[in-house]
Amino acid sequence: MDVQITLIVDGAERSLTVDTRTTLLDALRDRLAVTSPKKGCDHGQCGSCTVLLEGRRVTSCLVLAVAQDGADVTTAQGLGEGEQLHPMQEAFLDRDGFQCGFCTPGQVCSAVGMLREAAQGHPSHVTADAGAPVELTDEEIRERMSGNLCRCGAYVNIVAAIRDVTAKEAASTTGVAAPAPKGSAGS
Amino acid sequence: MKPFEYRRAEDPADAVAAVAGEPDAMFLAGGTNLVDHLKLGIANPDLLVDISRLPLNGVEELPDGRVRIGATVRNSDLAAHPLIRERYRVLSQALLAGASGQLRNMATTGGNLLQRTRCLYFQDVTTPCNKREPGTGCSAIGGYTRNHAILGASEACVAVHPSDMAVAMAALDAEVVVRGPSGERNIPLAGFHRLPGDKPERDTVLEHGELVTAVLLPPATQSHSAYRKVRDRASYAFALVSVAAVVSMNGDGTIREVRMALGGVAHKPWRAERAEAILRGAQASEENFRRAAEAELESASALGDNAFKIPMARNTMVAVLREVTGGISNV
Ligand SMILES: Cc1cc2nc3c(=O)[nH]c(=O)nc-3n(C[C@H](O)[C@H](O)[C@H](O)COP(=O)(O)OP(=O)(O)OC[C@H]3O[C@@H](n4cnc5c(N)ncnc54)[C@H](O)[C@@H]3O)c2cc1C
Ligand code: SF4
Ligand code: FES
Ligand code: FES
Repeated sequence: MDVQITLIVDGAERSLTVDTRTTLLDALRDRLAVTSPKKGCDHGQCGSCTVLLEGRRVTSCLVLAVAQDGADVTTAQGLGEGEQLHPMQEAFLDRDGFQCGFCTPGQVCSAVGMLREAAQGHPSHVTADAGAPVELTDEEIRERMSGNLCRCGAYVNIVAAIRDVTAKEAASTTGVAAPAPKGSAGS
Repeated sequence: MKPFEYRRAEDPADAVAAVAGEPDAMFLAGGTNLVDHLKLGIANPDLLVDISRLPLNGVEELPDGRVRIGATVRNSDLAAHPLIRERYRVLSQALLAGASGQLRNMATTGGNLLQRTRCLYFQDVTTPCNKREPGTGCSAIGGYTRNHAILGASEACVAVHPSDMAVAMAALDAEVVVRGPSGERNIPLAGFHRLPGDKPERDTVLEHGELVTAVLLPPATQSHSAYRKVRDRASYAFALVSVAAVVSMNGDGTIREVRMALGGVAHKPWRAERAEAILRGAQASEENFRRAAEAELESASALGDNAFKIPMARNTMVAVLREVTGGISNV
């Protein structure tokens, strides 16, 4: 059954007609040619399809496109500003945080979403105490990134890349790592 | 995937009417379980009624001290909510032990309660399964049973309920608020999920068209609580066994009140009533913890591959009791 929807993808408004069965991942990749989110497992288990939906990281393979009419979606492609890479992307390059690169767009989106969650004080399974500001230790980074699997096993460098960005963040006050949703439908 | 119609519910009454009026309609919340089931061919609705934007996303304290959690509150937001972190630590811990950051951002309170078993045969539509297709048989019995039940199973089904959140809610004596075509009712969480019996296709006592609108937590008491989950990986895996406990102590080292529930062992969050009865009023000692755990597991039976769960459940109960009673030394 076809339905007309609008999505704000990487800052641009895109209108399309989707079958109700279409996932957000398939709408992005197959219908809008936004191919940075990757289809790994298609069942929520690998994280390679991670995008920021209304600024929060989600696995786009388990989201129905029709249910997101009007929503703001940021993929790894839209994280930077024009030709300029996002600091998280730079850090992945600097640290060799990937090998084949298949999981990378999902890792980068997840890392950016995760930094915002931590900045908002969201705890994780390994956070010791209620209330204290979250300190992004390697243990915290690992736990918070556990929804993103990397078959090449580039984890050590991914953790290092994220640590670099958090260190730079702490040193500056601009909060570069967590852009607000670019569209008008932000929550 | 079978074609289906989609509509966004305007308010809870509209959602209930829409699903109740159509035999093959289902509610869609975060979709993290349902969309998976659409893909696998486990769920084949004609109509999906999207409830994710209904104004049921608040966490609030009621005048009588109870806390009301709306059905569409996201798991990540619930775990981070100050009221939950400060007063119901066990619930926050259980939520954070489940799934991944991405999934918790979509998963809702109602959807988490209503998520279905991860039994591999249930998820594989090419195999017989009484839960998926009543009367076809259970492929797990005599098959691969490492993840299956040790308590309360039947000849018809040996699956376990996968939710972490619900285990903590069972230990907290929570209530589920449900709205149906003929009005509202409250169901104690302990009676919300069913044991399989000869109707394993029914996971809960909900009737078609009934919408979970909220979960109510009783006022927080002066107690210690903890959730411990044992799994194959350090993170991002379902429980083999999990234990939630809420305990308050008397000044003399005896246990005043204790409520405990187990996950990964039964078709529902398993309230450990036998263990509770032994512990209530008893000295917080290693010996009593062990005696209580053993009593609870007296009726446990293994299927073969899951025999390890019996000692694992016992040891996890003892470890959690030790933790919540203030670290009685490991004798
Ligand atoms: C890879 C992976 C790992 C996971 N790991 C864990 C884990 O470790 N621990 C854990 O507990 N969970 C885990 N989950 C499950 C996840 O927590 C659930 O999928 C999620 O909580 C379901 O919530 P939802 O809002 O997405 O529900 P949906 O998928 O939208 O709905 C699930 C079911 O509930 C029904 N429903 C939803 N809301 C209501 C309501 N208000 N009233 C009546 N019916 C309703 C729907 O009709 C549907 O049948 C995992 C999931 C995945 C994909
Ligand atoms: S254990 Fe239950 S869910 Fe699994 S195959 Fe048997 S009947 Fe189906
Ligand atoms: S493709 Fe979505 S989580 Fe694997
Ligand atoms: S870099 Fe190859 S999968 Fe991660």
